[in-house]
Amino acid sequence: MLRLLKSGFFTSIQDEGRFGYLDKGVPVSGFMDSFSATKINLLLENEPNAALMEMTMTGPTIEFEAPTYICLGGAEISVTLNNNPIQHYKIHKVEAGDILSYGRLKKGFRNYLAVKDGFKTDSILMSRSQYFPVTIKNCLSDRAEVPYDGVSIFEPKISEIKVDSFLDETILEVSKGPEFEQLHDKQLERLFAGEFNVAKENNRMAYQLADTIEGHQLTMLTSATLPGTVQLTPSGRLIILMKDGQTTGGYPRILQLSDKAISVLAQKKFGDAIAFKLLRA
Amino acid sequence: MSDYSISIRQFGVHAILVEWPPKVEESILDDILLFSKHLKQNCLDQSAWEIVPSYNSITLIHRKSPIAFSELRTDITKWYAEDFTSESRERFLWRLPVCYDLEFGIDLPEVAERLKMSIGEVIELHTASRYTVYGIGFLPGFMYLGGLPSKLEIPRRKEPRLKVQKGAVGLAGKQTGIYPQESPGGWNIIGNCSVAMFNPGNEDPCFVNVGDKVQFYAIEKAEYDLHKIEGEVGIYKLEKIKLDA
Repeated sequence: MLRLLKSGFFTSIQDEGRFGYLDKGVPVSGFMDSFSATKINLLLENEPNAALMEMTMTGPTIEFEAPTYICLGGAEISVTLNNNPIQHYKIHKVEAGDILSYGRLKKGFRNYLAVKDGFKTDSILMSRSQYFPVTIKNCLSDRAEVPYDGVSIFEPKISEIKVDSFLDETILEVSKGPEFEQLHDKQLERLFAGEFNVAKENNRMAYQLADTIEGHQLTMLTSATLPGTVQLTPSGRLIILMKDGQTTGGYPRILQLSDKAISVLAQKKFGDAIAFKLLRA
Repeated sequence: MSDYSISIRQFGVHAILVEWPPKVEESILDDILLFSKHLKQNCLDQSAWEIVPSYNSITLIHRKSPIAFSELRTDITKWYAEDFTSESRERFLWRLPVCYDLEFGIDLPEVAERLKMSIGEVIELHTASRYTVYGIGFLPGFMYLGGLPSKLEIPRRKEPRLKVQKGAVGLAGKQTGIYPQESPGGWNIIGNCSVAMFNPGNEDPCFVNVGDKVQFYAIEKAEYDLHKIEGEVGIYKLEKIKLDA
């Protein structure tokens, strides 16, 4: 068990996601930046689906109550273990009573904390990913207790890795969405010419972009949407659905982000710039 | 063998979109659901794929790996040409209790006035129809219902509410539906359904399936309160009728 002395801005438990209920309107959820999350699970020799803690913008202060091994990844943020700075993508041993404390965010937006064998919160509808109304809350609050199995001895095959950071990446690789062909030249031109800034409306459900393109009066019947689907509203606003995004929608789906692009975008915050790059089919 | 012309398109690296003609029609929905059943039972590995039906489309999503699009398109075309229309259907009519008291039906007086009928007539019309579930999405357990009598068509509210109660039954354009959880919303609220549409504690968190039908019936406040208690204790029994005997 560990306890959050302070929870941070938005801290939640996530695994690979919840599969099998899309036809009941339940989104996949799971790691927003799965590229970073997967790496630290791998380093700890965890199952790919082991549950991690996902921190947004500002992280928590954590007190461990049993020994384990931890690893951090994702956004660059200064973190201390008992007041000593620790590295990301490196395995650290923690003992009962140790305090992990998150400091200033330097780059990126979401950080991940993995413990050996993953967090053991209740699995609901086959997943530990927090998402209301499947789980009672969508994030952890102050004083929250999070269970894990104490591990005293673990000899990792590799204790640290060097990661090619994509936190500075601004290009989102996309393919054509189902309604792409309905865009006209002027819309296409703006879409692939230059940057868009992330609006303040950004969270685990969707990222809206502050800059608009020309609007439309297209109508369509409601149909499935995916994490990474870029919707175009009649007023020309671009909404990029993310892991907790709705499973169906009625706005034209003009682009689809690659898996990597979803992770790139998950590390962006209000005001950051992105640009779309169309992959060849 | 079906005779609709379907289009098959790639939708990102994990998904494929199969579309029927863009119409809201029971016969199209029926074809979609029979084909989905055929895919689930005879064609695709169910542990690897999700199938999301909605109005005139199904989206097949592979849970983990990228798909081989051109091979899959060939397979889907072949599977669609197979004889699956004789498969048995398993659809239900759900009778859902709604309390239309003004305590819940906060927009009922305004709706009645704008539709130029009495509150009683609004309730009578709303409960007289059998609605078809054309999709489930937007929120967990939210049903897209088709079949609203044209006399009940009313534009959505100019100013959406920041908070609409869980269970609220609303009208907007050609649609009626139930908010499965508290959320912001712009529909005209005419009542509240005492049955929870989304129950994460159940193995199947939403008892309704796309293709099912729904009919509302009016209940008094006392009955509503009783259902709520029965629901919490877990002894409330839903009324369902098997269609396609």
